Amino acid sequence: MSLINIQNLKTYFHTRAGTTRAVDDISFSLEKGEIVGVVGESGSGKSVTCHSILGLLPQPPAKIEGGSVTFNGSELIGLDPPLLRAIRGKQISMIFQDPMSCLNPYLRILDQVAEPILVHEDVTQEDAERRAIKMLEKVGIRDAASRANSYPHEFSGGMRQRAMIAMALVTNPDVLFADEPTTALDVTVQARILKILRDMRGELDVSVLFITHDLGVVAEVADRVVVMYQGKIVEQGNLVEIFKNPSHPYVKGLLACRPTFETKYRILPTVEDFLESETTPDGVVTIRERPDSAERLASLEKVTAASPPPTNVEDLAILLKTDNLQVHFHSGGGFFGKPREVVKAVDGVSLRIQRGQTLGLVGESGCGKTTIGRAILRLVHPTGGRVMYDDTELTSLGGKDLLSYRKRMQIIFQDPYASLNPRMTIEQALIEPMTVHGLGANRSERRDRVVALLEEVGLSPTHLLRYPHEFSGGQRQRLCVARALAVEPEFIVCDECVSAMDVSVQAQVLNLLRDLQDRRGLTYLFISHDLSVVKFMSDEVSVMKEGRIVEHDRAEALYHNPQEAYTQELLEAVPQGDLEALQKRFRDNA
Amino acid sequence: MAKFILGRILQAIPTLLVIATLTFFMTRMAPGGPFDGEKPIPEEIKERIEAHYGLNEPLHEQFLLYLSNLLQGDLGPSFKYIGWEVSELIAQAFPVSAQLGLCSLAIALTLGLPAGIVAALRKNSPWDYVPMSIAMIGICLPTFVLGPALILLFSSKLGWFSPMGWYSISDIVLPSLTLGLFYAAYIARLTRAGMLETLNQDYIRTARAKGAPPSQVVTKHALRGGLLPVVTFLGPAFAGLISGSFIIESIFFIPGLGRFFVTAAFNRDYTMVLGTVLFYATLIILLNLLVDVIQAALDPKARTQ
Repeated sequence: MSLINIQNLKTYFHTRAGTTRAVDDISFSLEKGEIVGVVGESGSGKSVTCHSILGLLPQPPAKIEGGSVTFNGSELIGLDPPLLRAIRGKQISMIFQDPMSCLNPYLRILDQVAEPILVHEDVTQEDAERRAIKMLEKVGIRDAASRANSYPHEFSGGMRQRAMIAMALVTNPDVLFADEPTTALDVTVQARILKILRDMRGELDVSVLFITHDLGVVAEVADRVVVMYQGKIVEQGNLVEIFKNPSHPYVKGLLACRPTFETKYRILPTVEDFLESETTPDGVVTIRERPDSAERLASLEKVTAASPPPTNVEDLAILLKTDNLQVHFHSGGGFFGKPREVVKAVDGVSLRIQRGQTLGLVGESGCGKTTIGRAILRLVHPTGGRVMYDDTELTSLGGKDLLSYRKRMQIIFQDPYASLNPRMTIEQALIEPMTVHGLGANRSERRDRVVALLEEVGLSPTHLLRYPHEFSGGQRQRLCVARALAVEPEFIVCDECVSAMDVSVQAQVLNLLRDLQDRRGLTYLFISHDLSVVKFMSDEVSVMKEGRIVEHDRAEALYHNPQEAYTQELLEAVPQGDLEALQKRFRDNA
Repeated sequence: MAKFILGRILQAIPTLLVIATLTFFMTRMAPGGPFDGEKPIPEEIKERIEAHYGLNEPLHEQFLLYLSNLLQGDLGPSFKYIGWEVSELIAQAFPVSAQLGLCSLAIALTLGLPAGIVAALRKNSPWDYVPMSIAMIGICLPTFVLGPALILLFSSKLGWFSPMGWYSISDIVLPSLTLGLFYAAYIARLTRAGMLETLNQDYIRTARAKGAPPSQVVTKHALRGGLLPVVTFLGPAFAGLISGSFIIESIFFIPGLGRFFVTAAFNRDYTMVLGTVLFYATLIILLNLLVDVIQAALDPKARTQ
């Protein structure tokens, strides 16, 4: 008998806009001692599946329309709320994606970790706290007895996620639902959290349902994988088999569109190269394999083969140079507060970017890479050093002089939701920078340019009068790209501009950026924490740590022969998820 | 914490000084004086009175004198209530207003908080619509309409309470109800909004995923965050309530501070205006400090800031 057996589960969302089949007739099982990975992009129904099982859905608008979920043979769907509560947090626990928002900011870590014990077992407060501290130690929180008295905001991201895991495992559950537990974390922290989960499986005999959008992560932890797309399971089975021989076009697309260290494509394949889907008004989705997918891939390979031979790098002019750039922030202080502390966000960085090339800047969160990008554009003021752009020193410019350089340099931010003004139409958003810089003779000429820009980034001119909320995340990022292009810049800072996206959308945006670079001869500073993406985009790569550059080299050389220990640590922490790595992992475990 | 409180109290001194200066010169700039009546008094008598109160000195000397007296805790004599010190008048009127205010606040909290919490928990049901509609009416209805309406119903028709005055203990019921219902309506809406926002947080889902019963999810996890906006509102509201309401005190003929406050301004009772303004400002500063302390107790993040 399976530990958890899901049969024909259907969860629909009924809203005024119509019915969405979030989970549409899925069946799979979780056996004792297994880690099953559930993979899919946002909106594919993977989280809704977990929430349906545990009764955590907001009802309405969600409704479980049918199907059965058994746990140890007893039915969970339609179970009385008190009975379900007795299982929830005791026998089946769950951890969530964002450990900051998922921990209660007003309660001590200790109280939150001890709470499940107190809810489910008849023990004293002291006993519960003792067990909570023990569990916190087990998941790798040093000095747990005193740190447990902290509040969530005093913990780092990795420690918060450890606390979440401790909270879920403290009642010694049979099953753990882990919903994107490492998505918000740096690669090195992610590697540690994944190790903890694997260790806990052995130590506490817990079976895990591991939800993620990242195939690489699945390859690191799972025994079996279930791939979901638009509410349906499109493929499930043994991990190595699926990586070796994907049968469903979506899975093929998902495997192909993810840049890895070994990616040879110049333009990435996308999921759309493999499948077509159609949604009827009542929410029924049909997915078909594209008849011409083989030709499409072949043409991508042709692009790769025909890519220009590497130019002699020495000949290229240097467009941008920073010289011992420093940005220091003051924190704390105040009339009666502690003495001021200086945070050296950027601590003496010298970079150079050649015209038409891409410099990748990688590092973990808080290393200062975003601040560098902003300091170059003078969005924050450098406290020391120089920025030389085309042989002009930017740091001393002001007013009109600076404005003329702002036209030549643009930036694309991480979050396209936050960086488009929700009260401006697309037309207004794209015309504004043109007006500022006096581009285009009159309004109609500017509008023509906007139409051309929209077409260039793959959007339709019919979108002109729409507002940002009417677009998907990927479309919004295209709009941000179009806005940056509106002033015809030569240099663009891409600040984590694909980090919040699903891999399939990420591939589209990366392709767009590369295509624009080829056509317009753009120069990029590509900032990201994702080493695979940086490798795909960059000619040269700089690795940052604590405000300084620790290593710089041509991309190929840096990834194949890293010199610094920190670079090696970063590279090793990246889940590769290719077949060889997988097979090695299974061999090692066997 | 003690350091923080001390710091805030020290910061209050320049604030109060600025308020005293502005009020002093603004009241003096207003036309007319405390001894200009409808029937003019003979010039020489007026001069002698003004000399008695030091009003014939140059303005800056009067100001310096006032400040030095103030530092010794002396708010000076009232110009209108002959023979009374301003501090005596405040000492007499403030307890009346404070009683009324505390009573109103108690009504506001006992009605507003539960109504807001229940409305948030049973969103989009009659438990939400009915109290929130009443609250909307409560906010829209001015006290000078609600007060007379209550008098009409409870004293003229039913004869349960006397319509005005401040003699027996039951006299507090109608005015505090008038004042309290308005604040109850406001608090109910604030509580509902705060609770709704908190209930949508991810950590509420975490608490449910632990298997905690709904009552515990609300009391242990949602209430603190949900009530923070209410606490912020309560500081200035509380100061306003206990320092008296001119309208309520006029409708119900209550000898509270609110009436003194307004009539002193009409009478050009310079010292009385200054005294009440400074008293009110001190109250606001202290209560805002209290709010910050309570907030720090509720919110660990505010503690570190």
